[in-house]
Amino acid sequence: MNIYAAIEIAVFFVILLALVKPLGLYMARVYRGTPCGLNQVLLPVERLIYRLSGVRPDSEMTWQRYAVAMLLFNLIGLLAVYGIQRAQGWLPLNPQHLGPVSPDLALNTAVSFASNTNWQAYSGESTLSYLSQMLGLTVQNFLSAATGMAVLVAFIRGLTRQKVAEIGNFWVDVTRSTLYILLPLSFVLAIALVSQGVVQSFGPAVDITTVTASTDAEGKPVQTQQIPQGPAASQIAIKQLGTNGGGFFGVNSAHPLENPTPLSNFLQVLAILLIPAALCYTFGDLVGDTRQGWTLLASMLLVFVPLLALGLWAESVGNPQLADLGVDANASLQQSGGNLEGKEVRFGVGASVLWSAATTAASNGSVNAMHDSFTPLGGLVPMLLMQLGEVIFGGVGSGLYGLLIFAIVAVFIAGLMVGRTPEYLGKKIEAFEMKMAALVILIPPTIVLAGTAFAVSFDAGRAAVTNPGPHGFSQILYALSSAGNNNGSAFAGLGVNNVFYNSLLAIAMFGSRFWLIIPVLAIAGSLARKKQVPISAGTLPTHTPLFVVLLAGIVVLVGALTFVPALALGPIAEHLQLLSDSAP
Amino acid sequence: MEPLQSTSRGSSGNPVANLDGSREPAGGTTILRELQQTLMPALVLFLVLTFVTGVAYPLAVTVVAQLAFSSAANGSLIGDPQHHVGSDLVGQSFTEPRYFWGRPSATTPAYNGLGGSGSNLAVTNPALMDAVKDRIARLHTVDPDNTAKIPVDLVTASASGLDPQISPTAAQYQASRVARERGLPLEQVTKLIGQHTQMPTFGFLGQPRVDVLRLNLSLDSLK
Repeated sequence: MNIYAAIEIAVFFVILLALVKPLGLYMARVYRGTPCGLNQVLLPVERLIYRLSGVRPDSEMTWQRYAVAMLLFNLIGLLAVYGIQRAQGWLPLNPQHLGPVSPDLALNTAVSFASNTNWQAYSGESTLSYLSQMLGLTVQNFLSAATGMAVLVAFIRGLTRQKVAEIGNFWVDVTRSTLYILLPLSFVLAIALVSQGVVQSFGPAVDITTVTASTDAEGKPVQTQQIPQGPAASQIAIKQLGTNGGGFFGVNSAHPLENPTPLSNFLQVLAILLIPAALCYTFGDLVGDTRQGWTLLASMLLVFVPLLALGLWAESVGNPQLADLGVDANASLQQSGGNLEGKEVRFGVGASVLWSAATTAASNGSVNAMHDSFTPLGGLVPMLLMQLGEVIFGGVGSGLYGLLIFAIVAVFIAGLMVGRTPEYLGKKIEAFEMKMAALVILIPPTIVLAGTAFAVSFDAGRAAVTNPGPHGFSQILYALSSAGNNNGSAFAGLGVNNVFYNSLLAIAMFGSRFWLIIPVLAIAGSLARKKQVPISAGTLPTHTPLFVVLLAGIVVLVGALTFVPALALGPIAEHLQLLSDSAP
Repeated sequence: MEPLQSTSRGSSGNPVANLDGSREPAGGTTILRELQQTLMPALVLFLVLTFVTGVAYPLAVTVVAQLAFSSAANGSLIGDPQHHVGSDLVGQSFTEPRYFWGRPSATTPAYNGLGGSGSNLAVTNPALMDAVKDRIARLHTVDPDNTAKIPVDLVTASASGLDPQISPTAAQYQASRVARERGLPLEQVTKLIGQHTQMPTFGFLGQPRVDVLRLNLSLDSLK
């Protein structure tokens, strides 16, 4: 890593933190329903949408109705994506004449995009028509993100309301998240990305006659190249802003037409963390104490920054075996150096590792470098960030409601220490909340570990592995960690486009998304019924540095206790192997 | 509501359940009515938002993109529309000694525009070491007198398989070979590298890099 990368990363944090308050305040206004600046343009559209759909925006829902609405809405989306993929051969906007997607792959992709995971067992440019990308995937990019934000807002209402059964109107929350937040930001980002060279067109791939010939698989000379096209920028903007991560092209944001320049890269990686970070401020504003929001953000950074530093160190040191062969991998002002296998020159080690940490801390999952070719410890960082439960930034909405569940566990543990009934923001935390919180925290690790054990027990699971030794196990563990936490990034060497993995990972993605939302909404409903208890001398303040450390500590502790044995078999064993291989 | 009621009765199975639970069908109806009340908005709202985010939004972006940035929106193609020679953003394979070589590509054929891919080889995979040794050997074969250390980006495959650029160090490493093969003075080749070197955006975003296709095209246009 050279000085350019160091400055880029420092500037990244400065700009990200500078945007937290303005965007957070804007989103708080959107969810309060107070004027936010775009009302004059968007309010008529919003009203028209409600009129067309027969939605009464002022009629509120209990948590059960909210959950049913959320599930139905997502189920319809899932079926629509499945149907479009299966029928794409007969539908328009298919200039490459691609056939229908196979049933298992179509199901996997539908679950993947409806659950905000965006795991991809296919390459977009050779599998999906422009119509499937636009009408199927781009739509789910918006709506799955809006669903996460809606559930967060409903949860916040549970914390702030007293003695009521209702936690808001799902239709309103989804519509407002989409219309006022995701759409305007995506439009601006999409145009900025096009200006850098991300394609946005509807023509077929363009044939090029290359300068010299190369040889194809049969050894015959070829002097043509096809430059892919498509409505990519519009999808990539929401892919990043909505923590979706599903690439328009197979290699995602490593593709030069998906992420052409350092500036497009910076904007995209900023967009990954932007809304999850700003929602912390929105939360603080909505509960009437912005310190509460900054506390959550500080806990996130307390876990994120050290892991980022570990990744930067590991990838900068690079592959010790290359040095033995007389390769120059030293960082200088003329080259990035470090481990460049699976990385692009325009990004180098610094911007690639920053992205790998951001995309897995947030449940985004897009990549600008191939994590499979990272050093063992460089690959451990994104894997662990997913295994921590996608609460360090996490998905838009879902990351913060996940962290709020951890906050409830944190006050519970603190309450146990001093022997008092725990409270969070004036709400007593009792047996029902703790049971539901335990479900939220235990379901993803169970899916990850049981799924990994299942996959390594079958030939079909092991046959997909493409790297020998501990790294082969890491490939499977990474895939389940990704699907079981709705991230979507991959150790992409694993051969996952088959019935075994398409089915297993679809179940993992579905379970960890929707079986988490239901207990979260149940807590929201239970808290909304309770009255606010006044702050007393025995109340644990949840806006102090002590609480920052307590919360981050519990997130790390739960994650570490659960996953250290599995990590020891994968990346840690591989790291020791690398040390012994390259020892003189 | 008639058909809905009968469905709920049908699902309860045996007639005894119908007889002893007079509240049972009523309860079932309520659930179904609620479901119906939820299903309609869910369906219509889904369709309306699909139109907004899946049709109106991408089309609006396309219109602005095509009007304001037409070259960038269509793949940043080089050359006239009848005879494109490449894209500014997508690399091409160069294996002849008289050209600058780009990053090794893991696609088949190399730099396959529709099949972008990394090698996904682990650092500990022996196949990676074999590939690197092979690349080192090839660079030494065409340039046997060059004893400088080989820059890492020339022997490692890119993430996309389409990386259009190499580091300035990697270009400098090849300068003497290209100059010799083309019978050009080294200073002229070095100067060309300088002309095609991009520094980090705003001085700190990304890495310094040399555009391989543009550099080779300008070498060819010297004659």
